[in-house]
Amino acid sequence: MRKLLHLTVLTTVAALGSAQAKGVTLSFACDSVGLGYDQCKKGADAWAAKTGNTVKVLQVPKETGDRLALYQQQLGARSADVDVYMVDVIWPGLISQHLLDLSKSVPKTVLSQHFPAIVQANTVNGKLVGVPWFTDAGVLYYRTDLMKKYGYTSAPKTWAELATMAKKIQDGERKTNSKFYGYVFQGKNNESLTCNALEWVSSFGGGDIVDTSGKVTINNPKALAALQAAQSWVGSITPEAVTTYGEEEARNVWQAGNAAFMRNWPYAYAAGQQKGSVIAGKIGVAALPGGPGGKSAATLGGWQLAVNGYSKHPKEAVDLVLYLTSSAEQKRRAIEASYNPTLPALYKDAAVLKAVPFFGSLYDVFTNAVARPAATTKSKYSQVSNAFASSVYSVLTKKAKPADALKSLETQLARAKGRGW
Amino acid sequence: MTHSPTEPQLSAAQPPRRTRGLEASRARTAFWLLLPTLIVLALVAGYPLLRTIYLSFTDYNINTDAHPVWAGLSNYWYTTDEGIGLGVLQSPDWWRAVGNTLRFTVSSVVLETLLGLALALVINSKIRGKSMLRTAILVPWAIPTVVSAQMWNWMYNDSFGILSDWGQKLGILGQGQSFISNTDTALWALVAVDVWKTAPFMALLLLAGLQTIPSDMYEAADVDGASKVTQFWRLTLPLLTPALLVALIFRTLDALRVFDMPYVVKGNSPETMTMSIYARQQMFDNAQFGYGSAVSVLIFLIIMLFTVGYITSLRVRFD
Repeated sequence: MRKLLHLTVLTTVAALGSAQAKGVTLSFACDSVGLGYDQCKKGADAWAAKTGNTVKVLQVPKETGDRLALYQQQLGARSADVDVYMVDVIWPGLISQHLLDLSKSVPKTVLSQHFPAIVQANTVNGKLVGVPWFTDAGVLYYRTDLMKKYGYTSAPKTWAELATMAKKIQDGERKTNSKFYGYVFQGKNNESLTCNALEWVSSFGGGDIVDTSGKVTINNPKALAALQAAQSWVGSITPEAVTTYGEEEARNVWQAGNAAFMRNWPYAYAAGQQKGSVIAGKIGVAALPGGPGGKSAATLGGWQLAVNGYSKHPKEAVDLVLYLTSSAEQKRRAIEASYNPTLPALYKDAAVLKAVPFFGSLYDVFTNAVARPAATTKSKYSQVSNAFASSVYSVLTKKAKPADALKSLETQLARAKGRGW
Repeated sequence: MTHSPTEPQLSAAQPPRRTRGLEASRARTAFWLLLPTLIVLALVAGYPLLRTIYLSFTDYNINTDAHPVWAGLSNYWYTTDEGIGLGVLQSPDWWRAVGNTLRFTVSSVVLETLLGLALALVINSKIRGKSMLRTAILVPWAIPTVVSAQMWNWMYNDSFGILSDWGQKLGILGQGQSFISNTDTALWALVAVDVWKTAPFMALLLLAGLQTIPSDMYEAADVDGASKVTQFWRLTLPLLTPALLVALIFRTLDALRVFDMPYVVKGNSPETMTMSIYARQQMFDNAQFGYGSAVSVLIFLIIMLFTVGYITSLRVRFD
């Protein structure tokens, strides 16, 4: 025993010594939702073992808005504490000036393998600020066992269908489970609600809040119809407390087997299929329902890896980014944790499709996702999103009539726009 | 408060006396002894305050602007040509945050004072297990706010929280509702958390006050035949007033700048947004340091108003 202890101490000391001798230590602000942290650590550790460096994977806030608030402060203070950031698709326009230009370090051949639209979103004034890591789009989860039990053969095509199906399943399941609900989504007043509500408004044909010319378009009859529909769900097929749900709260209800349908990001698939999950093997994934015209809309999400422009180890940081965004690593993450690759080629990969079948069937959803108006509203995007989410929140909590909420939102957005975006 | 003449005095307003040389040298010593504290105060409190006031007169988005740009009073009041008010004083969100904070402060401080006083009286009486009780009531105060707020958040959760379960069983809440999801009860649910957490602190402050009241006064009251109720109103309460006022000031100022607990439970939700949460949203979510600083300055002014009010009323009572 004592010998073993000596050996461990010796090897640890040796390992530390060698690490100090050649490697550097990078700090990596990554993920914390679902399997996020473990997956980040696994990938980063593999790179560390390969290169003899060390990576410290940091604990980060769960909500994207809280992460942005924290990172903005660090970058605003020109801090070198974090070398590599995982960056939301809506951030490049906000924080690009603090991030390292990667256009010289990422080979053109590597870059051209990614979806061009995502690379475009990461390019600000000709500067490449991030390398795509995984993409996201809102999808509809449904319980295959319950669909069968209540005689449905396919997922709902419109929101109206979803409401009818959810009601029927809920009424039936309530007899044995008083906590059962038809449909859960993210209704907490934050960025996730912006994503959810944009999907409703866009699928009803109500536009994207602010159009590409910068005009505020949200106050229109189609957007009104979308919000009226959403308001009618709350308290009938959706718990009133949905206004306290973020991604993880919704997933908790779903994964406990207490919901027939859920709107969430693809990560929830692998999380729900984990060993010990009561709904493993009963999860179906489809495109979100469409509006009256049948057009479906999914909000474009997704995360990139960016290097802090003030980092003391830019060379190693870029190398870590290239390793993590490589095809092999994206494939591993797709299979183990259902993260959507940003490389079209992987959507035809047999091993990936076997692990996550809906990557094949929903390919169009991922490539045609609706972008939030971040590019148009630039540095004021957060204000726009805050105002939009708050208005929708007041509709969901029945504090405001949809028509009044949209009118007041129009004024608020005009305030935010002020003398221009 | 009266100062004995032998106490070291900083004040230069003292009338000149024969012992002037001695006084002056004492004042000088006191000044040098106080200097480090004054410097530290100026650095950690004075500089940030002045900087915030300066920033509130500028346009400064930390993401896009390299430097603050002078903008005059426009963060406070600015109307565009289309008649849209952009200043913080014209923002309905700000005024709602002020209203929320005032309602939160008044209700939580009143409840905490009453509950804290009751606890303090119980602990101060001659009951068994007094020290056990004293330790036990301090537990809520000892738990870090973020931890206890998250704990309450889970207890309020609609699908697995114990409080929602009770509420639903008693019929106060409907299916899928919780005290924090209902916009009418959310603020009061947060007041309950604050009272749970801070009443012990109030009790401790008041207990210290109670223990300074000499017991022979109660013996004299007993001899005179005063009932326990009369003793409380005519003896305990007047003698406790100084301690009570200090405790009230502490709690009021604390409650006015409340941030952590409501933010952990409800985030940026409008019905529970306090002044500090609004300031944070403007500064850090929206990266508008100029506008956010203007909000901070207003919070500073409001808190100062309360402080001045309390201190003047204190002085009136003491003279």
